[in-house]
Amino acid sequence: MKEATTTTRIVPDEKGRFGAFGGKFVPETLMNALTELEAAFEEATKDPAFCQELNHLLSEYAGRPTPLTYAQRLTDELGGARIYLKREDLNHTGAHKLNNALGQGLLAKRMGKKSIIAETGAGQHGVASATVAAKLGLSCKVFMGEEDIRRQSLNVFRMKLLGAEVIPAVSGSRTLKDATNEAIRYWVSNVEETFYVIGSVVGPHPYPYIVREFQKIIGEETRAQILQMLGKLPDEVIACVGGGSNAIGMFYPFIQDDTVALRGVEAAGQGVDTDKHAATLSLGRPGVIHGSLTYLLQDENGQVQEAHSISAGLDYPGVGPEHAYLKDSGRVTYTSVTDAEALEAVQILCRTEGIIPALESAHAIAEAVKRAPQMSKDEILVICLSGRGDKDVLTIQDALESEKGGER
Amino acid sequence: MTAAVNRIDRLFEDRSRKRFIPFITVGDPTLEATYQLAHALVEAGADLLELGIPYSDPLADGPTIQRASERALENGVSISDALQLVGRLRESGMEASLVLFSYFNPILQYGVERFFADLAKYGADGVVIPDLPIEENGPAVDAAKKYGIHVISLVAPTSDSRIQMIGEQATGFLYCVSSLGVTGARASLREDLADFLDRVKASTKVPTAVGFGISTPEQVRAVAPHTDGVIVGSAIVLEVERHVEQLKDPEQSAEAVEKIKTFVHQLASALQ
Ligand SMILES: Cc1ncc(COP(=O)(O)O)c(C=O)c1O
Repeated sequence: MKEATTTTRIVPDEKGRFGAFGGKFVPETLMNALTELEAAFEEATKDPAFCQELNHLLSEYAGRPTPLTYAQRLTDELGGARIYLKREDLNHTGAHKLNNALGQGLLAKRMGKKSIIAETGAGQHGVASATVAAKLGLSCKVFMGEEDIRRQSLNVFRMKLLGAEVIPAVSGSRTLKDATNEAIRYWVSNVEETFYVIGSVVGPHPYPYIVREFQKIIGEETRAQILQMLGKLPDEVIACVGGGSNAIGMFYPFIQDDTVALRGVEAAGQGVDTDKHAATLSLGRPGVIHGSLTYLLQDENGQVQEAHSISAGLDYPGVGPEHAYLKDSGRVTYTSVTDAEALEAVQILCRTEGIIPALESAHAIAEAVKRAPQMSKDEILVICLSGRGDKDVLTIQDALESEKGGER
Repeated sequence: MTAAVNRIDRLFEDRSRKRFIPFITVGDPTLEATYQLAHALVEAGADLLELGIPYSDPLADGPTIQRASERALENGVSISDALQLVGRLRESGMEASLVLFSYFNPILQYGVERFFADLAKYGADGVVIPDLPIEENGPAVDAAKKYGIHVISLVAPTSDSRIQMIGEQATGFLYCVSSLGVTGARASLREDLADFLDRVKASTKVPTAVGFGISTPEQVRAVAPHTDGVIVGSAIVLEVERHVEQLKDPEQSAEAVEKIKTFVHQLASALQ
């Protein structure tokens, strides 16, 4: 069956605001490009040929729809809600990022651009962009923090193998925030011929809206799949939040379903009582980062603070403006889990289900480890498994070995 | 409070003279150095000073001004320090127009209303907010009007159909971004720059000034006929960077300031 969702849609207003959040806080040089992008997107999504080409690529190239897997052994282990995993890890290239990269890549082509740029933290969005560039015959530059280049060497190699140029960002914390600054700087300089493929529901309008529209397929499929399997909606849905694209993609089609509880999970790093975390919605204050008004980790002078997480994809001091809106409206609950809890969750999922999750996704699993036992056996819990852990095995190995070393 | 004519308006009353507008970062490398440099720049021929408030994520800036921001932030320089520096310059008798340059987030955290009240209180005349396009600047412009301060709008070579709209709303002067991209010295300017500047001029009643990438007396001379003011940032900040150690040292700072002054004088005198 085709999903029977949303009667009312949350659309940003003409200024690109979700409530008080969002907007276009960018240098004047980019304003025209954003207006053009807005128009091109509206036009493309009304064009059956564009939608058909995207759907074709999503099914025959990306491997959609991804399965919804009942996690029997994880359910038994936790002893509570019945747990289902939405398997974005089975997308080509290993994460949900490809849904959006394909959409924006096609849009770039439609707008006559020959080169794309992207920023990346964990490298998954960089790999997705490099992949799409190869598939569509575009050139691709990926901006990546030096620290992330070190942490995610496997993904750096994949991007290069796919023909992309990886450009290290050496300012600030040398992570995703700085890669995004560098990508924006490059874009300002080359805006006439370059399309900027943003990797999450962040940045100036219309990006948070466009990325959500390309990612909502996650929740639409999930909703249809669970209805078909069980004849009812889930009681709770959990997803990790870095910028927030897999989470918004999963949540959006359930927003109108009042009986479905939605939980977004941020990275608490070494703990929300330390200064080494990435819990933007829990601990940030409204501010402007990368073109958007949203929750932001910052000091009292408005200087952006560095975020920390064992997971490079969650290590971001901002968050998508729609999440800021959903937090303030109370529709979504945001929590956080620590590096240690995420590592524990990786091992639980490996042991019970034979799936190595990405460290990002492990945050959602860790939240489920806490939540499921509090729920009854006839309740349904869906976790968005945003990506697979191949890229993270070295980080996981290092962390587990130093844990063991610490015990000795 | 708004009785006095804003210094920027007074400055551009006589449009037969071109105005020179240097940029430095507040607190680079120390607040004291900025105070000394500000005076030196005015003596070297500056009509209006643009003082940058250091920011952790200056996404409209190139590496030169990014490094200046980092040096200032190492000393913990904040928006309050910049406002107080303006006050100190006024107390010492400085008459040149003073415009602060700040990304929007520090202003938002300081409080938009409070920021403009304090600009007026300490004697600043305007503010450039590079990540606040006209679609977003409503609250800032409302507060600015109340306190007699100008929010300086920017217009870029890509602004196209927006030029008219921006030109009509502009107050103080209109900041024309000379090239695509971030701040930073450039070897050459766009070929269509003169056309762009002339188009902007035709779109607005307020004076225009051109900046971003202008770094040599030749470039200053080339753009002068098409504008009322020329802004030079990174080239001066690079010169400050060359003298950072001396500027920090009370024994040697006067000499360093003198060298930077000579450099700026060459740029300023290319204008007339
Ligand atoms: C597998 C995976 N999940 C989640 C994220 C976080 O991004 P978002 O919050 O936009 O889904 C990333 C980012 O790199 C990722 O690679």
